[in-house]
Amino acid sequence: MNNKIIEKERLEEIARQTRIEVVQMIGKSGFGHIGGSMSIVELLTVLYFCEMNIDPKNPQWEDRDRFVLSKGHSCLSLYAILAQKGYFPEGVLSTLDRIDSILQCHPDMKICPGIDMSTGALGQGISAAVGIALGAKLKGKNFRTYSIVGDGESAEGQVWEAAMCASKFKLDNLVAIIDYNKLTLSGKTCEVMPLEPFYDKWVSFGWYVIQIEDGHSFAQIIDALNKAKNIKKKPTAIIANTIKGKGISFYENQVKSHAVTMTVEQVESALKELRCPQEEIEITLAQMKEGN
Amino acid sequence: MLDKIAPRVALGNILTKLAKENPNILVLDADLSSSVKTDGFKESLPKQFLEMGIAEQNMIGVAAGLSTLGFIPFACSFAAFASRRVYDQVVASVAYPRLNVKIIGAYVGLFVGMNGATHQSLEDVAIMRAIPNMVVIEPVDGLETEEIVKFAVKYNGPMYLRIGRDTMPSIVPSDYKFQLGKSVTIKDGSDVTIISCGSIFEEVLSVESLLEKEGISARIINMSSIKPIDEEAIIKAAKDTGRIVTVENHNIIGGLGSTVAEVLSEKYPVKLKRIGIRDVFGKSGTNEEMKKKFGLDDFGIFMQIYDFLKS
Repeated sequence: MNNKIIEKERLEEIARQTRIEVVQMIGKSGFGHIGGSMSIVELLTVLYFCEMNIDPKNPQWEDRDRFVLSKGHSCLSLYAILAQKGYFPEGVLSTLDRIDSILQCHPDMKICPGIDMSTGALGQGISAAVGIALGAKLKGKNFRTYSIVGDGESAEGQVWEAAMCASKFKLDNLVAIIDYNKLTLSGKTCEVMPLEPFYDKWVSFGWYVIQIEDGHSFAQIIDALNKAKNIKKKPTAIIANTIKGKGISFYENQVKSHAVTMTVEQVESALKELRCPQEEIEITLAQMKEGN
Repeated sequence: MLDKIAPRVALGNILTKLAKENPNILVLDADLSSSVKTDGFKESLPKQFLEMGIAEQNMIGVAAGLSTLGFIPFACSFAAFASRRVYDQVVASVAYPRLNVKIIGAYVGLFVGMNGATHQSLEDVAIMRAIPNMVVIEPVDGLETEEIVKFAVKYNGPMYLRIGRDTMPSIVPSDYKFQLGKSVTIKDGSDVTIISCGSIFEEVLSVESLLEKEGISARIINMSSIKPIDEEAIIKAAKDTGRIVTVENHNIIGGLGSTVAEVLSEKYPVKLKRIGIRDVFGKSGTNEEMKKKFGLDDFGIFMQIYDFLKS
């Protein structure tokens, strides 16, 4: 029990730090897809700090577990996680979106260590993840492949082509986690392009489906990923109910939080809410003012 | 030496031969293996043959994923569907990360059996060559197809291969070795140079003899490597023969003719005549009917060249 509490606190701390870094990145670069980055923080935290068998010192290790962020625009939190894992120095985070930065607005596998697939054009990452999982089967490798897919992204026909394909090839080494935050760039998924009955859709495409009531609960995420490991001959889809903009009260569940520019006041308020140390807040704000 | 064989047949044969020795070679098919002629591959090497169904966009993404593990996937379909249907997938998931995916567009230009406009690919060269990191090649005969596929297996990067449906006579010399960005002069000449490639080349050869009867000496170049293109050969032809003609089984907008025009206008401007499909959609019909309708039979091409040289 005690260990469980310590583990929970460790993960909470990583998630909090990740959110702070996302806000700082946006403050310094001037722009970022904050909503979807915040909704997947706990998912990424569990994947990178509990679940995946990886070696940050050897990002190309051929037996590593793979991760494909199919909703590539939410890479801010992924970058923060990769930096915390040691794939690159944390100082690199402040170069986000700069012309020669390894941290492009959408992840680039050729220049950023830890990125297993370049993504950004929606609907495509999940196909690449299917290809990687299929390749693992062909090569007799035991590593697993994970992909986070957006709910808005799930309107892309290619997602369902990939879903059929993963099912055809019985890819039980593949887990797709759907970030079901129920908002897209322009509105609610139920209005922009309704996904329901979402659970039934994945089931009917031949997947084993787990719904997580709270996609920000470490225990629920860990439990779902553990269940997925016991599923044979089927890929697993985890539908995680999440909150867009999670962690910053004025962005939570807001359509406008999809991509934002943040004022000095907003950055200060967000960092305070995330319990960022005062000295660090002041440094960020000073850097923002300098940048302007 | 391969006598009279369709490039698609040569493709299936050589892929099977190479894949028997190289387990990393995979064929991904979109329900067209009997047309693209990878059905023999499927029979001989079922474990290296992945049927992806009529879902080309996913096929390209899966190929991209497979390539990250060291596989050499050949993603095959009709040229129309292997280019325009999957354009964004090729751009974002293959070319941008420069992954080792080979895209086979078979049934090219007007010559797609009787299938007509929806299945014809008159813009594939234009759109594929506009993608950074992409190589675009159209072999002319069976032997060149074999050599290009051998090259493709060794070359690490994305390629688009335009593979003809119909039987072609043997055109490249029997000791031919493909070199990226190098053309082959099939016949030398001094009055005009005809640059062409692929499935229209038989007509070009017969035009050459019609020109010869008129006392016109034509240099004939097989420009199978469209991107990168053999600039040196184009400039030399411009210097030596003064006038250039391109003949292509493609819209004259953006294809081989445009590529040659880009080289000439920047490096050595001379008069150029682009012969191809003049910005219209195709029709269903036999190859012979279509060649005639679109001015791409030997006489039609001859007349266009003749008028150009007299102008």
